Amino acid sequence: MDSIVVLVKHLFNGLQVGSIYALVALGYTMVYGIIKLINFAHGDFIMVGAYISMMAIPVMISAGLPVWVCMIVAALLCAVMGVVTERVAYKPLRNSPRLTALITAIAVSLLLQNLFMVMFGSASKPYPAVFSTEQMGGSGIQLSMSTLVTIVLSVACMICLQMFVKKTRMGKAMRAVSEDMAAAQLMGINVNTTISLTFAIGCALAAIAAVMYCAAYPLVNPYMGSLLGLKAFVAAVLGGIGIIPGAMLGGFVIGIVESFTKAYISSQLADAVVYGILIVVLLVKPTGVLGKNVGEKV
Amino acid sequence: MKKILAMLLASMMCLSTAACGSKSEAPAEAAPEAAESETIVLGGLAPLTGAVSVYGIATANGVKLAIDEINAAGGVMGKQVVINILDEKGDPTEAVNAYNKLVDEGMVALIGDVTSKPCAAVAEVAVEDNIPMITPTGTMADITPIGDNVFRACFTDPGQGTIMATFAAEKLEAKSVAVLYNTSDDYSQGIAETFKKDAEEKGMTVVAYEGYGASDTDFKTQLTNIADSNPDAIMIPDYYEKVALIAAQAREVGYTGALLGGDGWDGVLTVLDESKLDVVNGSYYACHIFKEDVENERLQKFLADYKEKYGEEANSFAALGYDAAYIMCNAIGAAGSTDADAIVAALNETNYSGITGDITFDEIGNPIKSTSIITLVDGKEALETKVMA
Repeated sequence: MDSIVVLVKHLFNGLQVGSIYALVALGYTMVYGIIKLINFAHGDFIMVGAYISMMAIPVMISAGLPVWVCMIVAALLCAVMGVVTERVAYKPLRNSPRLTALITAIAVSLLLQNLFMVMFGSASKPYPAVFSTEQMGGSGIQLSMSTLVTIVLSVACMICLQMFVKKTRMGKAMRAVSEDMAAAQLMGINVNTTISLTFAIGCALAAIAAVMYCAAYPLVNPYMGSLLGLKAFVAAVLGGIGIIPGAMLGGFVIGIVESFTKAYISSQLADAVVYGILIVVLLVKPTGVLGKNVGEKV
Repeated sequence: MKKILAMLLASMMCLSTAACGSKSEAPAEAAPEAAESETIVLGGLAPLTGAVSVYGIATANGVKLAIDEINAAGGVMGKQVVINILDEKGDPTEAVNAYNKLVDEGMVALIGDVTSKPCAAVAEVAVEDNIPMITPTGTMADITPIGDNVFRACFTDPGQGTIMATFAAEKLEAKSVAVLYNTSDDYSQGIAETFKKDAEEKGMTVVAYEGYGASDTDFKTQLTNIADSNPDAIMIPDYYEKVALIAAQAREVGYTGALLGGDGWDGVLTVLDESKLDVVNGSYYACHIFKEDVENERLQKFLADYKEKYGEEANSFAALGYDAAYIMCNAIGAAGSTDADAIVAALNETNYSGITGDITFDEIGNPIKSTSIITLVDGKEALETKVMA
């Protein structure tokens, strides 16, 4: 095989993983941007999304609907769960020290993992095929349907999200709340609704990421979200946490760096290189690649 | 209101600690008496919760099934066998703690542990206490050499590497092979290293020797590189969940050759969706049992009994647990006493026809028995060949 062809294949492998990281990173970044909470339970919403969509697929098939509709079902249910979690676990702690909320987030993460372990068992379950297994493309570069759909759909999601935040009234409210919650409230913005909406969008994106992740790696278990969540968190920090384009950039960078390190340096060193880059970026620019250096207000 | 609640909580705590206290004392008092009179107390260790609980629960179920059968048939030396299987969560420290608890309860011999690392940790202390032990499924090479009282019912990791290298060279007539293994797992690494060494000795070229991390789910990059050099076979020594992911991705990047594996592959069909069963066509792996073996009546009876009792299919972990329990009980019966040295001597003389094969032990406590090589065809297991390990 031509080495250019192999290079392009590695690039697409990286883009596919990277776009999943990016979608999940968006959830971290939005929640952090608005209530300064690192929502460690976010990774587990991927797992919840995976289980919901897995159970929805047979329903879709029996109802004669296309299989990908499970993504919408999962996104809606996950959004509802995200809002409920926020109302129950995080809202009462909104004025407590940040550490308290952080610990609660870890507790929610463990609760979800163990709840699903009790409900479904710890064994991995196979995930049904979502996209056709046909290979696309010619001249040596073959791409699977899931690779293409993953990349296209995640880019589309990001563009929509960016438009939503920049152009709509709700988006404006979100930006206002993230800038100064008290002032936004004084201006007549319903802070609670805005925060709920942020959680809903973040969790819906996690559910979409879950379906695409499972289409590529068709196994579902209660622990699947924790590492994926961690990688996505790293992506969010790398790009600049709290900044939406930063999450996308971070996700793609991590995916591609991982893929190329495995391919051309050493398959054992992939994680070391990714986290190494993170350390270097944070040393040089502590707010992340796209972060602005904002002086602490005294 | 708060005061009342606090008092209520405090009193509940007192009660619960009191309850715990009496619970932990009871067996300690009862055990020595029991050991001398009506029952033989055995200990068991298995990860019943946590990430490797799938293996632990199956093994423990197999052990319990065997002990029930033995008791129904009159027990050992006319006494009933009592086994207390403790959960060690797949963790070496927890395993040693649980082991100490079992010793306090007056255990005569130990059946366990299930996974290799906790097993080695327990073997270290069992040697000092001179407790006869047999691990049903600890395949790491370094476990049995720890002491004369340590035995196992399964083949070893290097053994599997050798078996599969021989198979690739002689049956598949492979000229080139690749290895893709889990760098952070002793099991995977143990098989990978011997497979590579033996493959080279047999004149095959190892075109790629790639690794991945324990929590990775994306292997397309490594597989793209491997597929690029197009070997006749790829060795993937890992457990079935990883194997399911790797096999699907190997086919996705366009690799069509044979996939090889070890006993960790057992169960791979259960984690593949129906539409993806064909990704493991043309796979061969070493396994402890071949379930469709209709001539092995005891195995068929075991599979049926297991399904009836636990409501699920038995796997090779359950079968090895079953055999390990029989080997230990037979040895105690042959020794005619619960003296540790006598049991170890009897274990060394073992000649047992089990459901995983006819077992005798070599000088370091590893079994000498046949290994089945299974091939997968359209979602069905078929026996390719049987080889002596």
